Amino acid sequence: MMPSFVRYLTPLVLFLALAALLYKGLALNPREVPSPLIGKPAPEFTLPELKDTSRQLSHTDFQGKVSLLNVWATWCVSCRAEHPLLMQLARQGVTIYGLDYKDSREDAQRWLQRFGDPYVANAFDADGRVGIDWGVYGTPETFVIDQQGIIRHKHIGPLTEEAIQREILPLIQQLKGDKG
Amino acid sequence: MIPELGHFALILALCLALVQAAFPLIGSLNRTPSWVALARPLAWGQFAFLALSFAALVQAFLGDDFSVLYVAQHGNTQLPLIYKISAVWGAHEGSLLLWALILAGWMVAVATFSRNLPREMVARVLSVMGMISIGFLSFMLFTSNPFDRVFPAPLEGGELNPLLQDPGLAIHPPMLYMGYVGMSVAFSFAIAALLGGKMDAAWARWSRPWTLVAWVFLTIGITLGSWWAYYELGWGGWWFWDPVENASFMPWLAGTALVHSLAVTEKRGAFKRWTVLLALLAFSLSLLGTFLVRSGVLTSVHAFATDPERGLFILMFLCLVIGGSLSLYAWRAPSISRGGGFDLVSRESLLLGNNLLLVLITALVLLGTLAPLLYDAMGWGKISVGFPWFNAMFVLFSPLMILLMGAGPLTRWKHHSPPELLRTLRVAFVVSVAAGIAAALPLLTGSISAGIAVALSVWLLSTLLAGLRQRLQRRSGIKGLLADWKAQGGRAYHGMWLAHLGIATFIIGVTFVTQFDIEKDVRMAPGDEIELNQYLFRFEGAAPHQGPNYRAQRGTVRVFKDEREVALLHPEKRVYQVQTKPMTEAGIDAGFMRDIYVSLGEPLGGGAWSVRLYYKPFVRWIWLGGIFIALGGLLAASDPRYRMRLREKVGARAAGKRFGAESTA
Amino acid sequence: MKARQKRFLFILVALAAVAVASVLVVKALRSNITYFYSPSQVVAGEAPADQPFRIGGMVVRDSLQRDPNSVRVRFLVTDNAEQFEVVYDGILPDLFSEGQGAVARGRLENGVFVAEEVLAKHDESYMPPEVADAMKPGEYQAP
Repeated sequence: MMPSFVRYLTPLVLFLALAALLYKGLALNPREVPSPLIGKPAPEFTLPELKDTSRQLSHTDFQGKVSLLNVWATWCVSCRAEHPLLMQLARQGVTIYGLDYKDSREDAQRWLQRFGDPYVANAFDADGRVGIDWGVYGTPETFVIDQQGIIRHKHIGPLTEEAIQREILPLIQQLKGDKG
Repeated sequence: MIPELGHFALILALCLALVQAAFPLIGSLNRTPSWVALARPLAWGQFAFLALSFAALVQAFLGDDFSVLYVAQHGNTQLPLIYKISAVWGAHEGSLLLWALILAGWMVAVATFSRNLPREMVARVLSVMGMISIGFLSFMLFTSNPFDRVFPAPLEGGELNPLLQDPGLAIHPPMLYMGYVGMSVAFSFAIAALLGGKMDAAWARWSRPWTLVAWVFLTIGITLGSWWAYYELGWGGWWFWDPVENASFMPWLAGTALVHSLAVTEKRGAFKRWTVLLALLAFSLSLLGTFLVRSGVLTSVHAFATDPERGLFILMFLCLVIGGSLSLYAWRAPSISRGGGFDLVSRESLLLGNNLLLVLITALVLLGTLAPLLYDAMGWGKISVGFPWFNAMFVLFSPLMILLMGAGPLTRWKHHSPPELLRTLRVAFVVSVAAGIAAALPLLTGSISAGIAVALSVWLLSTLLAGLRQRLQRRSGIKGLLADWKAQGGRAYHGMWLAHLGIATFIIGVTFVTQFDIEKDVRMAPGDEIELNQYLFRFEGAAPHQGPNYRAQRGTVRVFKDEREVALLHPEKRVYQVQTKPMTEAGIDAGFMRDIYVSLGEPLGGGAWSVRLYYKPFVRWIWLGGIFIALGGLLAASDPRYRMRLREKVGARAAGKRFGAESTA
Repeated sequence: MKARQKRFLFILVALAAVAVASVLVVKALRSNITYFYSPSQVVAGEAPADQPFRIGGMVVRDSLQRDPNSVRVRFLVTDNAEQFEVVYDGILPDLFSEGQGAVARGRLENGVFVAEEVLAKHDESYMPPEVADAMKPGEYQAP
């Protein structure tokens, strides 16, 4: 009787192996082209600030603190979806820079008025040139940058509660801790 | 207000599903008739609420209510009416709602057309379907609510993906879902039988028509999808071995095996454990397809929006449904009685052989689909499996399958003496080998693959004709054959006949189009002429053209053969107003023996374009085969036997026999 | 008992067939898979010189060149660290455009990547800007 019992368990065992593979697959991202920027200094740029045109924002602004750079645009529905999460992060004291990508200044300012402004400053990248240097494939994307201005992490697509809790916040804590 | 109503209806449907999953099942086990009686009204209730919810979403699209996020993403005021409706299931959230609605539709169908089934059985089947419904409804409500609002509402929506703005694709997903979800009926029957501990010929007879109908929908859905890819994607391909396509093909293969295995279980009482396993497998593969398409673990040309959170949810659901059912199987299967024995040369053996081959091919398609994931997970690198591999696997195994397929219907159940069988098959064998050799001669095609394909196709055809002749002799001529249509088993036989003919047609189509199609990418200025396989293509330039919600460059290509104009084609390059993606609309001259296919590439300046020209012999036969197979399945499902025997059984029940006591084979 | 022996024989034959088949299958699979390399990896010489593979990245802006007399195109793909030249004889897919992701399948010949097939990347929730650009009119207007 024993062998026949084993025989009928085979489909279940095969399925469990498959499920384990699929579970592992969920953690992988097949479309991720590994970003060569990670571990490298933030690409150089100088762009006008969104609200205050007289001000300039550049890669040197990232020095000395752990910050996020969020690439966004008003035409991007997913950015709208992640906006409340950015607001929440800002309230928790995370420094967030914005890169307003291929956008119009008026639209962007109106957006920030309506939905709130989580950014300490926004680089206004009207033609998307800087975005290309940063390897932006689309919006939204979020970079984590450390005190030395080195890119530590890149999140592709809208932020989620889970990504923030599991990746972004622990990384920020760790980077802050490294400093002392 | 209406979207909230839709959302609310969805929640109510989930509540009903919860009740339906528990009470009728428990009632059937501890014999509480009032709980058992809940099954049917609950199924209807769920259907009503889901229909309401679906109507609310349709209304949101028709009324351009962009305060609903899903409508804002996929709707648009400029969309033609039909695409406003098909946009409802054009993306993830809405297609799930359609899925749930169809599931409820199948429940109602089971509740309605099972008046003659034992009440406990119906209750269990509907309970299992209720459990599946819980999974999908909670998935929708927790991760993918189509009624989520966006504030403030945009003035214009993001528009349905232009690729999907096509009549073929408007009905392709509903057909496919009818098939996927329909497999849940066979699944639920199997689970109900495993729970009840009675698995007999009656069980097979009940699930057979349901399985057939679901399988027919799946066939239609896949055929439509292939046809759509052919004329809409502009590459002239009809099958790409893309993960999404494979996701629909695997349940079809398992379903095909199931349909045949059910026939054996019904007629001979054999293969019971195998049949149950196939029933579980067919639906499990449908669910797996959903996971692969929506979780983002695999890249695909036409994947849905992907999200790991959704992926995790579906995976958990998958583990519950598939893991649970396979555990139940492992526990109960050993107690299922063995059916009648059979000899090595018998219809049972041949059908079993075919079943094993079908499952083997399913496993191979699964392997090819998941290999990139496996490599990635193991850290062996990022790979993709080329379609030559899938093609090679098919070329390797399908000839064997077709040999068995031809011989099967001519072989007797239980035992057939080998010399006698060889005598029956001799003529068909000689005819098909001769036809194959003739076709392979340099005079005709000069291709060995074409010869093999013709031989296999003629083998199928001649064995089918031999079978028909036998039947004519037994039924005293044509008149008897007509009577067949009313008698039990007649339509099932003719359905089989038609479906197998479809396979023969399909083989010819596939082989000829892969062996002899001609493709040319060329630069053509106005007035340029190019010759392709005796056809002369003259490009007369492209001019702007305005569609309802797109602008296009519309090319004019005249095709001549022997100085005579045979076709005037207008391939287009469209740019939709909202999603400014360019879209290729091919110009096709369809024919029984060949298609001529022209698509525009890009403008190259000075009125010249890059143009793609194709000559595609016998390509229509592929879909013609699909149509035959689907019609055959429908014919078989309409066999009066399924209704007749059920009535007999009701008589038996009335006479005091308890459910499950009948063991007629 | 006799029936049981026959069944046993049947299963044995089936198992043998499956074993032979799986060897063939895995062999065929190995010769039909194509690996994916980024431009940096190709520049570093990690990609095979004699086997087809896939290269992917973003199409560099203003790098697309068309041959005036044929359908040949040349373009550069980049992963923002290195770039690599791709040559393709044929019609690019509808979704192909500069500044967006693309994957090409082909092989190396004389230091350039000769593609047999070019695929453009596309995803619904993660919007490439050009697609989303179209959504600009009318959206998020002030009341």
